[in-house]
Amino acid sequence: MSIDKETIKHVAHLARIELQPNELDKLSGELHEILGFIDKLSNLNVDQVKPASHILPISNVLRDDQPHLSLSLNKALENAPSKKGNFFSVPKIIE
Amino acid sequence: MELNQLTAHELLEKLKSQESSSQAILKSLYTRMQKIEPQVKAYARSQAVESPALNFKATGDLRGLPITIKDNICTEGLPTECCSKILEGFRPPYDATVINKLKENGGAIFPLKANMDEFAFGSSTENSYFGPTHNPWNLNCVPGGSSGGSAAAVASDEAIWALGSDTGGSIRQPASFCGVVGLKPTYGRVSRFGLIAFASSLDQIGPLTKDVQDAAILTGLISGYDPRDSTSVNLPVPDYTQSLTGDIQKLKIGIPKEYFIDGMDPEVKTIIQEAVNKLKNLGAVINPVSLPHTEYAVPVYYIIATAEASSNLARFDGVQYGFRAKADTLIQMYKLTRAQGFGQEAKRRIILGTFALSHGYYDAYYLRALKVRTLIKQDFDKVFSNFDCIVAPTSPTSAFKIGERAQDPLKMYLSDIYTISVNLAGIPAISIPCGFTKAGLPVGLQIMAKAFNEEILFRVAHTFEQNTDWHKLKPKL
Amino acid sequence: MKYQTVIGLEVHLQLNTKTKAFCGCSTDFGKAPNSNVCPVCLGFPGSLPVYNRQALNSAIRLALAFNCQIQEHTKFDRKNYFYPDLPKNYQISQFDLPLSRNGYLDIYVQGSPKRIGITRVHLEEDAGKLIHEAEVSLVDFNRTGIPLLEIVSEPDLNSPQEAFDYLTSLKSIIEYLDVSDCDMEKGSLRCDANISLRLFGAKELGVKTELKNMNSFKGVKDALTFEVERQTQLLELNQALVQDTRLWDDQKGVTVAMRTKEGAKDYRYFPDPDLTVFIIEQSTVAQIKTLLPELPQVKLQRFIKDYGLTEYDAKILVSSKNNAEFSESCIQDYPGQDKKEMVNWLIGPLLSEANTRKVELYELNSIKNELINLIGFVKNQEISNLSAKNVLSRLIDTGKSARELIQGGGLQQISNIDALNQVIEAVIQENVKSVNDFKAGKSNALMYLVGQVMKKSSGKANPKVVGELIKERLA
Repeated sequence: MSIDKETIKHVAHLARIELQPNELDKLSGELHEILGFIDKLSNLNVDQVKPASHILPISNVLRDDQPHLSLSLNKALENAPSKKGNFFSVPKIIE
Repeated sequence: MELNQLTAHELLEKLKSQESSSQAILKSLYTRMQKIEPQVKAYARSQAVESPALNFKATGDLRGLPITIKDNICTEGLPTECCSKILEGFRPPYDATVINKLKENGGAIFPLKANMDEFAFGSSTENSYFGPTHNPWNLNCVPGGSSGGSAAAVASDEAIWALGSDTGGSIRQPASFCGVVGLKPTYGRVSRFGLIAFASSLDQIGPLTKDVQDAAILTGLISGYDPRDSTSVNLPVPDYTQSLTGDIQKLKIGIPKEYFIDGMDPEVKTIIQEAVNKLKNLGAVINPVSLPHTEYAVPVYYIIATAEASSNLARFDGVQYGFRAKADTLIQMYKLTRAQGFGQEAKRRIILGTFALSHGYYDAYYLRALKVRTLIKQDFDKVFSNFDCIVAPTSPTSAFKIGERAQDPLKMYLSDIYTISVNLAGIPAISIPCGFTKAGLPVGLQIMAKAFNEEILFRVAHTFEQNTDWHKLKPKL
Repeated sequence: MKYQTVIGLEVHLQLNTKTKAFCGCSTDFGKAPNSNVCPVCLGFPGSLPVYNRQALNSAIRLALAFNCQIQEHTKFDRKNYFYPDLPKNYQISQFDLPLSRNGYLDIYVQGSPKRIGITRVHLEEDAGKLIHEAEVSLVDFNRTGIPLLEIVSEPDLNSPQEAFDYLTSLKSIIEYLDVSDCDMEKGSLRCDANISLRLFGAKELGVKTELKNMNSFKGVKDALTFEVERQTQLLELNQALVQDTRLWDDQKGVTVAMRTKEGAKDYRYFPDPDLTVFIIEQSTVAQIKTLLPELPQVKLQRFIKDYGLTEYDAKILVSSKNNAEFSESCIQDYPGQDKKEMVNWLIGPLLSEANTRKVELYELNSIKNELINLIGFVKNQEISNLSAKNVLSRLIDTGKSARELIQGGGLQQISNIDALNQVIEAVIQENVKSVNDFKAGKSNALMYLVGQVMKKSSGKANPKVVGELIKERLA
């Protein structure tokens, strides 16, 4: 399985990472190698195997509908790179 | 011996008898750091100001014994940055559950955090935003990763004991490279609340210590059910120090034949074989076993772990915390923040993980990997139905040189080959020092057990340790 | 009509749990920005989710009320996309193993029931709120993490009115179960619509348009009505329709195209490793089912059948669970054979009193027993119907018993023949024209004369007896 540059660009967009052209080149080579190695998985017949999306045999973990102490406004906004009043602030969103 | 050279259990005795104090121990750690930290660089952001004393709960049994914490475990008010630029300046408004537990028991959190590969992506601690940590046994070599800072600090007595995290071997492999003890508990044994996630179905926090007794104590302190972690298991925590019996007579130990393959360093092979003989001489019954799907572990891991990581790291976007790039629009802010804030390995893994989950590739990659994970787990279940534990090398080589593998990601990934299956199966495993190469680099022996059977690990590890002297040796720094 | 309208509705419902889906922060509406937050709902690094038991219970109850099949093994999946109101840049939702599937809801189209399929009801979490300014957008995370249910209908609705009816039916069931405020203005119920047109008889669906930004049920209906018009016009002109998303502008009464987005979204769903699977056993489902209240549509049909009500009357009584329970309790406690006597009082005078006082019918429940007594007094002619209505009003105001009020107000009905004849004589003398009309065969005249007697006796005369006496007198 190969991964072409267009696909990498598309994937980088999905992941919201801007790649420089030299990064794109390098990544292309590296991913090609890694995916080639990963391809050995296709040798296995897994038709009858259940996927292990959870490794622990536990289920139905729930919590009661009871309130806890929320964060103070100070603490919530303390690390914010940009804020305005009680809000987190981000640059304008252009659809 | 200086205070910082002692083990935790030795210091706890001194603290109890008031022969020593938290402050005195702290002072000896700082003195040691002044001498060797510029060379070892076990800590992140170590230009930070020294504090003369640490707060701790007076009535706790730990009596202010300092503990070093990896930079991906949330410590309230202290910088927790996963050694990444993108989390620059982040001070969590809360403590991880393990930190709460340590504090409840009177532990003192060391104010500097241990260096690590950024977001735990790595096997050498070369991917830290703050530069690599150097192996105390040979400063030209890596300490292993991603908990390389924790391992190096313990090995060089810049820490009494430490916490690390293990997703594919990140506690055990650096323990092996640095000649210390490192344990990855069973998945679900220790709460992940407050551990900045890499791969949610694989991550566990665990101890890095100077000997097995310390590991047993520390594991007991951090384990236990946490209602804030849905993947935390509600089982009682045994007193692991009771497992330090020194007796492994008739214990059935399996040696996986797939682990002794080409690419394994011949010196490491010999040292491991000698260690296995030692166990035999101590009364264990040794037999070969098979873990047939071993060769698929690394590819499975690199799909599952990167897929989960790509989603876990999506939150690092400059909106609420950390680094934010200058940008006029939201989308530019996202793209530039993440381009500038993440290192190369992080980007590589995020792209790979996003790809594995993307439309059209999910079945072939992610879903398939989940199925093979089942097969890998079944391999272990079969062996443990007949054996008490499995013994294997921790790493195919001893510590490699800094820079040697940095340009070859695949080669770097393959150094995890013996540790990764353990995380995929969710079982516990420990690495203990079992020898040195001719070049003077430590080699680690790995012991694996079935889920929630850490007791066997401590029992075997302690017995081996008490009948050898490897744990008593220290680097010549 | 050449074209068939095909509509599917997607409703997002906030559950009325006290706390959020995955953490213990309050779900209270209207609080100061970023005051109901914690590391979990803010998606801080290291935080982990744990699902709300009450939310799961409410969800199962609602799914059962919609006749859905409950999935025995269900799980959460991550829906990955970037947006500032989504702190983790993924939403915890459900993809391939949703909580429930294959349900339905009946609406009434011209008196006949029509079954609308419900494809699925699944669990997810709400996002935060954005306030857009010129150069920046501001984020408030109070709403992040509030538990949501997504209810998706099959494209079985064929008109804007049907869509409206579907929503009102949905809302009444939700209210009966008390699992949500259902308030579109507060945002606890949101609705998006998918609409397409096709030639009657065509098997394939037409090009789909997604409609958003409707803030009321009427808005949904109006938006869909507009779309039917718009799309019909385009189709008549043989213009191709493009699959797109349009926003409803309530002020202008039009839908407006959103700027077209790039391709289909790739959410990269995968099972959320931070949450366990949920195994919902048959026995648990059965138990929850037995605890469900009688649902509005069933109750409506039963009221019609058991109490001989018209659909119109029954709908009034069944309008809310509380009203229905109160009405039923009145009807059941009423000792008379003919329950309609009580029903008439409920939908007539009592409803009128409730409306005047701007309260719900059931809020007058304290006077139930006295109401029953009052009706008894009317039946045995101790008081006239008209007087009784006054007494009812005073019953509610004073809390006194009916008997007290009747005796105290001297409101007893006059049935004494001599007394009545006196008044009747007076009325006959004063209303010669009506008397002649009556003799000429106009039955209205009798009613008029009786009315005059009632007036002269301050409503206390027994109208039935008066009627008989007048007929005798003028015979």
